[in-house]
Amino acid sequence: MIELENIHRTFQVGGQSVHALNNINLTIKKGEYVSIMGPSGSGKSTLLNVIALLDQPSSGIYSLNNQIVTQLDDNQLAQVRRENIGFVFQFFHLIARYSAAENIEIPMILAGVPIQERKQRVADALLAVDLQQRATHRPDQLSGGQIQRVAIARAMIMQPQILLADEPTGNLDSKSGEGIIELLENLNQKQTTLVMITHDETLGSRAQRIIRLIDGKIV
Amino acid sequence: MMIQDTLSYSYMAIKTQPIRVMLIILAMSIGIASVTILTALGESARLYIVNEFQSLGTNLIIVLPGRTETTGGQPPLFGATPRDLTLADAEALYRSHHIAAIAPVSVGAAPISTKGLEREVTILGSTSALRRVRHLSLSKGHFLPESDANKALSICVIGQTIKDELFAQQQAVGKWLRINDRRFRVIGVLESEGQSIGVDFDDMVIVPVASAQALFNTQSLFRILVETKSKQGMYKAVDDIGEIIKQRHEGEDDVTLVTQDSVVNTFDEILTAVTLTVASIASISLAVAGILVMNVMWVSVAQRTAEIGLLKALGATKGQILCLFLTEAAMLSFAGALTGVLLGKITLMALQISYPDFPFYLPVWAIFSALAVSLVTALIFGVLPAKQAAGMNPVTALNKR
Repeated sequence: MIELENIHRTFQVGGQSVHALNNINLTIKKGEYVSIMGPSGSGKSTLLNVIALLDQPSSGIYSLNNQIVTQLDDNQLAQVRRENIGFVFQFFHLIARYSAAENIEIPMILAGVPIQERKQRVADALLAVDLQQRATHRPDQLSGGQIQRVAIARAMIMQPQILLADEPTGNLDSKSGEGIIELLENLNQKQTTLVMITHDETLGSRAQRIIRLIDGKIV
Repeated sequence: MMIQDTLSYSYMAIKTQPIRVMLIILAMSIGIASVTILTALGESARLYIVNEFQSLGTNLIIVLPGRTETTGGQPPLFGATPRDLTLADAEALYRSHHIAAIAPVSVGAAPISTKGLEREVTILGSTSALRRVRHLSLSKGHFLPESDANKALSICVIGQTIKDELFAQQQAVGKWLRINDRRFRVIGVLESEGQSIGVDFDDMVIVPVASAQALFNTQSLFRILVETKSKQGMYKAVDDIGEIIKQRHEGEDDVTLVTQDSVVNTFDEILTAVTLTVASIASISLAVAGILVMNVMWVSVAQRTAEIGLLKALGATKGQILCLFLTEAAMLSFAGALTGVLLGKITLMALQISYPDFPFYLPVWAIFSALAVSLVTALIFGVLPAKQAAGMNPVTALNKR
């Protein structure tokens, strides 16, 4: 489902070009559980951003569900992203002025889902992450673990086939982190492709497949 | 994305910055209020003057002796003096059947006196038709009687000011008045006209036109006021008058005809121009408010960079982000505009209470154009910040915290 072919990504930093991704060839099948590991600056986040269509490779071909997505325009990319990819961030990125339920609702608002359907799906999603008691709470009234669960519910609300997580437990204590990982693995067992960046060897080794990056290359 | 969602998103975003929002609304409302108030003042002045003129009679033609024209050639050496307009000319105008009334007017200044009180006033010689043509009304007695215009009767009608100054507490009608060395009997007192454009009838003595001509020892008329039967007949009457006078003046077209509506139109045009000028000057403050909207939007975009990145990661298109920020700018301006219109209305009401005689009137088009202008301002000044937001790279935006 995810096929990366000769992907390069270079950045211009202060007149020097940095090779963040150097000839990446990678295929991830539907329902796989992949962890991406490597030291800081090895290109993990860049790789995830390219897969998430947030970043465009400098060269190479990326096809998603047999559709080449490297040539799409901005609106098409937004649509593909909306329908196929859920993203969970290390720093959660909830909108502070919205309640948990409203945060989960945002992708459906952007997609133009009718209001009644939205309310129903948000209720289901809150139930799935065990937060139905916290629907009207704003992020500053929730714990880190709860916030990340809201973020996961938001990532999954459009029922994407791919869930990308960038250090989802990086800002959580180990107990909440454990809960988050279990939640993500549960989703994976329901056929969601899970790609997760992590520093943590024990976390990373729970994946079926580990990809190690050093200086932008898979080793 | 649905409209109500866009509106609610923008509203929620605005609500988080109450002080900044208050300031921007204040700035915008001052701009809008000044535009509406000044437009209303200009428009009211225009209506006031136009009404004032129309109360003088709408189907009025003024015949002036002499012809104003610019030929561009040498100034004439001979025969430049126009022929006088005479009473006979005035009477001849009745030949046109578009004319309803003719009031010949002769004007001069003379001292008037009674019982040792003396005053220099304007003496206006005319006929009974003047009352109809100038819509005059009397507080006491009668106006000049309908009689042969050539008859120099020794009667007069006096204005309210003259009545007060010469006859104070007494009954004026029936008393004798000396004008120059002739005696006239007062047959009527005009009703005070208050503030009126043109001639001040309060400070005037009206005598039969032949008497005035005798007083000033002249055959010529100051002008002839003609009322036509209908508005449509006015231009035909103008042609007729020109024709009749030409015949009587040996083929010379030597009078100037001024129609009342051309005077009204001129004032109308001048005051409309003044209103527009004043409104455009006031709209400079709107431009200033627009720049403030832009500033607020820049700050808003800068503060919400991470949020913009998030929205993009969740599948928002460039168009959606653009739309969200433009809506926010439009909402701010619109709130300001509504407050401004309200502020303007309150100010006008206060002015109306202070000057009850002057009719203050805020045209509906001014309200709508103020609202439209504020929206356009918002969109123009909101476009750059919104475009910056829409064009953001999601990865860099997300990493900004």
